[in-house]
Amino acid sequence: MSENSIIGIAVDLDESGYLTNHDQWTPVIAEALAGEEGVAPLTDEHWKVLKFIAEDYKERETVPGMRRMNKVGGIPTKDLYRLFPDGPIKKAARIAGYPKPASCV
Amino acid sequence: MNAEPIKKVSIVVSKGSLEGVYPGLIMANGARMEGIEASLFFTFFGLHAVVKKKMDKLRVATVGNPAMCVPDAMGFALPTIVGAIPGMSAFATSMMKKEMEKLDIPPVGEFIEMISDAGCKMYACKATVDMFKLSSDDFCPQMDKVLTVGEFYELSAGSQIIFT
Repeated sequence: MSENSIIGIAVDLDESGYLTNHDQWTPVIAEALAGEEGVAPLTDEHWKVLKFIAEDYKERETVPGMRRMNKVGGIPTKDLYRLFPDGPIKKAARIAGYPKPASCV
Repeated sequence: MNAEPIKKVSIVVSKGSLEGVYPGLIMANGARMEGIEASLFFTFFGLHAVVKKKMDKLRVATVGNPAMCVPDAMGFALPTIVGAIPGMSAFATSMMKKEMEKLDIPPVGEFIEMISDAGCKMYACKATVDMFKLSSDDFCPQMDKVLTVGEFYELSAGSQIIFT
């Protein structure tokens, strides 16, 4: 995994590979991160999740948890696990260019 | 720090109080969120977490709980005799549920559904099912199977077993 660049674009990453400056995020970077997370290519369904995270983050400055994804985002748990297997919110948050989720639930 | 990551956990829930059930559910959900294979095994009063009529009526134990404090966790110790007053357990339960709601921790029934949808298997202990005289109609649809303890160990091959 790259330290300070994704597909040759210089970005700031934390030790877990999450972008620390969201202004550096672009859809191209999202696609590259999706590749690293094993969920590429991103489909409309993936983008629906990424967009909800972005909207919710702007409002609450935190990555939404599973229940908020279900209730507010209208994205069922099963879909999240299907779209982003083995760590749905961690992976989606990373691809969306937001910090690693800091909640237990 | 380069130890082998945990790949699979089997979590035993043996207590039927609200504070007895949640830790196991949070750990199972957290495991799935990390991509760890997980299963839940409900035994003794812990079984109430997957019994339709009981799952959303679990309560905080205010008797026999020396850590119980009022008005919150950092408040004064609640004397056991006060904890025994009718309504105290219901009161403590509603307080805790309110705090959990703020953290977006779902009620037990909804949490069980979320964890099951996350791919965690749910099992009931056969000895307890027999002792409590329960039938499949008593269980929520997410409960996958009744298992003997031997079957539980077989299914837990390669697992870390966590008893709560």
